[in-house]
Amino acid sequence: MASPDGAAIEVRGLWKIFGPRADRVLGGPDAGLDPVALRERTGCVAAVRDVGFTVRPGEVFVVMGLSGSGKSTLVRCLTRLVEPTAGEISIAGEDVRAASPARLRDLRRNRVSMVFQHFGLLPHRRVLDNVAYGLEIQGVPRARRHERAREMLTLVGLEGFAETLPDRLSGGMQQRVGLARALATGPEVLLFDEPFSALDPLIRRDMQTEVVRLHREVGTTMLFITHDLSEALKLGERIAVMRAGEIVQTGTAEELVGSPADEYVADFVRDVPRGDVLSLRWICRDSADGERPGETALPAETVIRDAVPAVLHSDLPVRVVQDGRPIGVVDRRDVLSALAGLPGAAS
Amino acid sequence: MSSGTVGAAEPAGAQAGPPAGPPTEPSAGPSAGPSAGPPAGRTGSAAPPAARRGAVRVPRWAPALAAAGLAVAAYAAYAAFQGTATLPHDDDAAPFRIVADLRAWADAERNRSPFFLFLVNYVRLGVGSVHDLLHLVLHGLGWAGLAGCAGALGWLAGGARTGLLAMAGFGAFGVLGVWQASVDTLALVLAAVLLSLAVGLPLGVWAGLSPRLRRLLTPLLDVMQIMPTFAYLAPMVLLFQIGPAAATVATMVYAIPPAIRITALAVEQVSPAAVEASESLGATRAQTLRGVRLPLARGTIGLAAGQTIMMALSMVVIAALIAAPGLGSDVIRGLSRADVGLMLPAGLAIVAMAVVLDRVVTAAARPPYEEALGPGAAARRSRVRRAAAGALAATGILLGRVLPAEFPGAWALDFAGPVNDAVDWAKTSWYGLTQAVGGAVAEGLLNPLQTVLTEAPWWLVAAVALAIGWRTGGPRPAAVATGCLLATALLGLWQHTMETLTTVLVAVALTLLAGLVLGVAAARSPRFAAVQRPLLDAAQTLPAFVYLLPALALFGATRFTAIFASVVYAVPAVARLVEEGVRNVAPGAVEAALSCGSTERQLLWKVRLPMARPALLLAANQGIVMTLAMVVVGGLVGAGGLGYDVVSGFSQRSDFGMGFAAGVATVLLGITLDRITQGAGRRPLTRTST
Ligand SMILES: Nc1ncnc2c1ncn2[C@@H]1O[C@H](COP(=O)(O)OP(=O)(O)O)[C@@H](O)[C@H]1O
Ligand SMILES: [Mg+2]
Repeated sequence: MASPDGAAIEVRGLWKIFGPRADRVLGGPDAGLDPVALRERTGCVAAVRDVGFTVRPGEVFVVMGLSGSGKSTLVRCLTRLVEPTAGEISIAGEDVRAASPARLRDLRRNRVSMVFQHFGLLPHRRVLDNVAYGLEIQGVPRARRHERAREMLTLVGLEGFAETLPDRLSGGMQQRVGLARALATGPEVLLFDEPFSALDPLIRRDMQTEVVRLHREVGTTMLFITHDLSEALKLGERIAVMRAGEIVQTGTAEELVGSPADEYVADFVRDVPRGDVLSLRWICRDSADGERPGETALPAETVIRDAVPAVLHSDLPVRVVQDGRPIGVVDRRDVLSALAGLPGAAS
Repeated sequence: MSSGTVGAAEPAGAQAGPPAGPPTEPSAGPSAGPSAGPPAGRTGSAAPPAARRGAVRVPRWAPALAAAGLAVAAYAAYAAFQGTATLPHDDDAAPFRIVADLRAWADAERNRSPFFLFLVNYVRLGVGSVHDLLHLVLHGLGWAGLAGCAGALGWLAGGARTGLLAMAGFGAFGVLGVWQASVDTLALVLAAVLLSLAVGLPLGVWAGLSPRLRRLLTPLLDVMQIMPTFAYLAPMVLLFQIGPAAATVATMVYAIPPAIRITALAVEQVSPAAVEASESLGATRAQTLRGVRLPLARGTIGLAAGQTIMMALSMVVIAALIAAPGLGSDVIRGLSRADVGLMLPAGLAIVAMAVVLDRVVTAAARPPYEEALGPGAAARRSRVRRAAAGALAATGILLGRVLPAEFPGAWALDFAGPVNDAVDWAKTSWYGLTQAVGGAVAEGLLNPLQTVLTEAPWWLVAAVALAIGWRTGGPRPAAVATGCLLATALLGLWQHTMETLTTVLVAVALTLLAGLVLGVAAARSPRFAAVQRPLLDAAQTLPAFVYLLPALALFGATRFTAIFASVVYAVPAVARLVEEGVRNVAPGAVEAALSCGSTERQLLWKVRLPMARPALLLAANQGIVMTLAMVVVGGLVGAGGLGYDVVSGFSQRSDFGMGFAAGVATVLLGITLDRITQGAGRRPLTRTST
């Protein structure tokens, strides 16, 4: 692991431009053009534009955006599966862009693993050998790597399928194999590129739960790409929203919903039930003249929905406290209008 | 002139409220404007509105009129200049002498110039020794040993059925009475295939990984594939003299392209997700190649090997022209003497060999993970297979030591007599029919066309080619086509080229007709398609000359024999392309037409065939290339023209120059026809075995 105060992943000023003479575009005035104009003028596609973010060790960081917004390109740039055009990337203290081919291989073999949307399993190998593939290319002896692979299969709940060929498994099970393969090398960082987009909604929910559980058990740093807002809200401690190659906002779910940076983000989060995401901090107000708050006090971080019973049982407005200091009050009307999503409830 | 007035009248009519039908009757002339007034004209209801709205566009019949005008002009020119500027054949033309001198020079330089000493002679030696070694081993095994080993390989690759099939196939060589020749042929084919794969597979893998190499190779492979096999025999002789080495190299030239192409495609098209996953785990390029690309491409690479074998086998007969030993020479002798009894056993043996090799290779290439077996069962089965194969091979080799190497003569069947009797019977009893058909085609099509082509001045023929090429492909293809056509005149082979062109044109016309009928029928009736498909499949895997057999038996040595054989040879591919083209017409359009109440017939003529135009053009193009290759083979059975020149160039040293030039002229003629018909643009990935 990286040093506790250091970042697991740090990206600064990252650019990826597809097309002829990409570096010329970057230096010149065209770099600022919007995507359509850029493509018309130069024939290039700027898939990632000046992206920067930091992921703390052990964090689950989600990158969200519509399809074509450059998420896949971004995540592939991190281990240089796609060669970035410019920018700095450091993973667990290693300067990725400066790494020699050998060091880069070492990084991919031991420290960063990836899970893909379309699984990328090898159909000619048994599930066991698929999971052991990463160890095999490192030269781990057969018995050792098979043992490790079996452990991983147990971890993802696939014991008993070791000898099967991957094509026989359902989509969800195939992705579990992909997950086990990524975990087998014991990486410090896991990258997920829309791993569950190809799955049915029900199975997708199972798999999300699975990832939450794995994160609790293994504690790996995760960078998770998705285009699905509810998935992002479920998994992400922090979420970065991408549009046309740029990150338009980074923050917790609460921050995105409570104060979206622009129309795009606001559009994205429009249908989120605010009561499930926002905390009392967003709706508490100063007590009006002559209004006397009751005895009950709730911490400001309480999610609105969780505050319902307490507010319901108190005839008087409930006090909201942060770090022991009162910051305001909420009453039944405030909570109700927030749950109903009425305007002005949380702004 | 008239087109201008009509075109200008159109927008006025279109603006005048009720939709006016486009002026479709050329006879209407200037009066078309007013007469098109009444709404919902007969043609107006069928034409899409977009066509009506187009402002000043050339009327539909204008090109047709222009074409008709050109045709009239060409005919007038023909009538006026017939018999002038013809280029009659001269056996001793200057280009022929130049080639003959070239051969004399090459023979003289063979042991002097470094080009021969350090390159050509080594290739000859190397290829020759691979062939000789195989020859020695195969013959050394004796018939029992060879059959046993073949069975063992088959068993190993595909289990008991494949093993028994392999043994039965090899046994057939002996029963047909052509054991020696079969083993000679096998040695040649195996040498060519092994060398082709040794060169082609690595190159293909490399090309699959490197787009740059692929771009470099593609035009070269295109040329190799489009060249009729005949054409490079003569240069082979020039470099390597006649004999097994030259035959092996010629076969390789023919068999390598599919090996490279299919392999490159297989390696390139491996699932990018799997490749990316492997790279993301830190695999090196070599590890990804070994662990992901090659295993995943394995089945397709096996196809490449199978295709290579088929190509090599189909060269066997042609290679016999440059003194390749084996079954091919039996076939050639049989063809040139119209002796079906002599060539039938050899032909059957070649087919048997093709079937056995194809099955064994396909079975070996089948990816093991496709088999629906548990891992334990799979392991057990492979152990059983290995044991059975080992036992078979050991028994065979032991028996081969003990028994005489010759296949026992008593087991061989005598074919020649009964077959020739049957052929004679067929000939005499169907004499009337076959003569009538052959005669009708000769009198009705071949002779008049040939007269026109050979008696027209050369410039007129070239001009017509230019016009047609311009119409179908535009200026560049037209220029290339005309240039190539004229080059045949420079080679001193104008008249023979025209004779061959006659045969090709007639054969192509018949091929397209048959292919169109069969293809459309199959596209319209699934039941018909289900019956026809396996027949076409079988027909496409047979070596080309097989079709000469029945043709020769029925029609004797005539031009029509060559035409008949090439039609039978080319129709399967054409019919299949037509069927696919007609069937794959956008279902949306078909549905829309049906919902308007089209009848089946209207659907076919108004929707399916017009929309399938690219596929039909492709079919025509493919048909022409295949027909040309076959019509040249027909030179052996009396088709005359370039094919005969090529053949006699190998049999008589004095004609070598002419044969060489005729080979080149064949290529030129092929390019001419290809350019003129290449409106379809892309060409199919692999050629079916020729
Ligand atoms: N190899 C490539 N060459 C050219 N353009 C690419 C390539 N890969 C992706 N792009 C373009 O980059 C943009 C972002 O793609 P991607 O990263 O796949 O988006 P997302 O994963 O968010 O759907 C798209 O406009 C896509 O067309
Ligand atoms: Mg993506």
